[in-house]
Amino acid sequence: MINASIMTFNILNILPILVLAGFGMIVLVTDVLSSRKWVNRNILAYISLIGIIIAAVLTRSSTGTTLFSFNESFVTDNYSLFFNFIFLLCAGLTILISHNYIKREDINYGEYYALILFSTIGMMLMASGADLLNIYIGLEVMSISIYILTGFKRSKLISNEASLKYFLLGAFATGFLLYGISLTYGTTGAINLKQIASFIAEKGGMSDPLMVIGMGLLIVGLGFKVASVPFHAWVPDVYEGAPTPVTAFMSVGPKAAGFAAFLRIFLTAFGSSHLEWQKIIYILAILTMTLGNVSALSQTNIKRMLAYSSIAHAGYLLIALVSANDMGVSATLFYVLAYIFMNIGAFAIIIVLSRKGDECIQINDYAGLGFKHPLLAIAMTLFMLSMAGVPPMAGFVGKFYIFSAAIKSGYIGLAIIAVINSVISVYYYLRITVIMYMKEPAREFVPLTISPLMVAAIVISVVGTLQLGIFPSKVMEIAQRSILMMR
Amino acid sequence: MEVYLFYIVATIAVCTGVYLIFEKNPVFSALYLIQTMVCIAVLYILLEAQFIAAVQMIVYAGAIMVLFLFVIMLLNLNIGQEKKDALPYQKIPAILIGIALFAVLCIVLKSKLLQGKQGEYTTAYINNVGNTKLLGNLLFTDYLLPFEITSVLLFVAAIGAIMLAKRKI
Repeated sequence: MINASIMTFNILNILPILVLAGFGMIVLVTDVLSSRKWVNRNILAYISLIGIIIAAVLTRSSTGTTLFSFNESFVTDNYSLFFNFIFLLCAGLTILISHNYIKREDINYGEYYALILFSTIGMMLMASGADLLNIYIGLEVMSISIYILTGFKRSKLISNEASLKYFLLGAFATGFLLYGISLTYGTTGAINLKQIASFIAEKGGMSDPLMVIGMGLLIVGLGFKVASVPFHAWVPDVYEGAPTPVTAFMSVGPKAAGFAAFLRIFLTAFGSSHLEWQKIIYILAILTMTLGNVSALSQTNIKRMLAYSSIAHAGYLLIALVSANDMGVSATLFYVLAYIFMNIGAFAIIIVLSRKGDECIQINDYAGLGFKHPLLAIAMTLFMLSMAGVPPMAGFVGKFYIFSAAIKSGYIGLAIIAVINSVISVYYYLRITVIMYMKEPAREFVPLTISPLMVAAIVISVVGTLQLGIFPSKVMEIAQRSILMMR
Repeated sequence: MEVYLFYIVATIAVCTGVYLIFEKNPVFSALYLIQTMVCIAVLYILLEAQFIAAVQMIVYAGAIMVLFLFVIMLLNLNIGQEKKDALPYQKIPAILIGIALFAVLCIVLKSKLLQGKQGEYTTAYINNVGNTKLLGNLLFTDYLLPFEITSVLLFVAAIGAIMLAKRKI
């Protein structure tokens, strides 16, 4: 009776996801053992790192193929593998910078690492999802993990507030996304991106107004996750309230995952009617860049400043989406990778300088750092210059590729606005450097305790920022080979 | 017959929905919500989706609403107290957005024929195989991956509940 369709069931394709899930469970079990004093709780971080490395090796081993599995709802191609690598790097660096912090803040629980691993699963599913259902479930796994991580400092009111705010607004945005998915499904009869694309091509464009509304609602839902401007109101408060390593994680991971899904949906499913959505994203990109950069100018809290700067960076990435060409896709990949190094590096320095009960996040707290801890100050300067887009840092090359992609698609005006924004941003990034070197210290610097893991994170970030800036061609080549092959 | 049943049930659903919003007493609101949910379950049956109707009854009208009532009673809200509108500026935009969403629904109803492809599962086929059987078959073949990943989602939610509510910090 039931014609059981032959499943294109290939468990090897989801092996990195399974490994991460398995290690998440192991971390939780080890946590229970450690509460009985059978094992040391410090090994939790190392277990998670081992899981991430194994997943990265598995990801690496399957490059160069394009495989569809699970009824064509899951795709393993270079594009998703590049993004998987980005998510794993992001999770790994976050664990490196978290280890000391969560011990110091008395939130050293196994759940912390497990949730980071689980949210990475969600991100990987978002990048590999070839139908809207998988992308949605990946988004939920990622978001719910991060809502919990945001509220992890339960004794702190600000952390609770941030978590609740993020959760309520996030749930609302998810509602929009689901409404968009259901309208798309209703009008096209498909949730598979390829089928949606072929349906639209058959009809010769977006004839149905409902389809356009559905697409617009998808933009709202994903725009919230990547923190683009009309949907950005949550960003500063949530970034400020979350534990600092979690802020580092969520300023990079969900943004990258959001863009992975954004590019995949809009370039494959809605690729043939790009003229319609390009106009919307065009305006969003300008608003996002400008508002992010202008608001960042007046911030005195470094976490809030980086929050607005992350909004601005989302704006730059939207430009790559507007240009909707292969170069835009590879520029996005490159830029996200560069952004991980410089952003997590900057947050690592903030964590090093903070102490228990004293977050040390006012920009003036950094006065005199250049003389007291010259190496840290040099690293921070590097990250700030890279975010500002000064050569020879990674950020410059990334912006260069994105702006060239825009020019190649004929969006010269947009590129000019982006460059102007980039110039505005130099002010607030350089202000930190100036304060570090030119101002007398306003407070005592206590002797810092830097764990080896933290040193590793900062060194990786510095090397990554410089490597991508000075020798970008190799990574760019990989990124160019990772453009979407689904079209 | 079915049409009349539909109109009756749909009217009740809309009325209870309106009462739900305008009722001052939260316990009554929750009870109205249960009525709305039951009516929607009947609508599912009219659409020949018996399994979803059962799920709607058990999960929404049953489990979730009991939880709602528990929370309302535990919070011990002051019933009948006239509260000041905390967000007066939201009223007009909220009404406008509500009208816009209603317009979208009207467009859907007006266009009648959705353009999408006809699905392969016709009513006759579903009745032949059986609602639950067909759904289970699809969940474990075509939609296996999202189905399994949902377990991770639920697991994460459970961790969150325990972490945020129970763990001593």
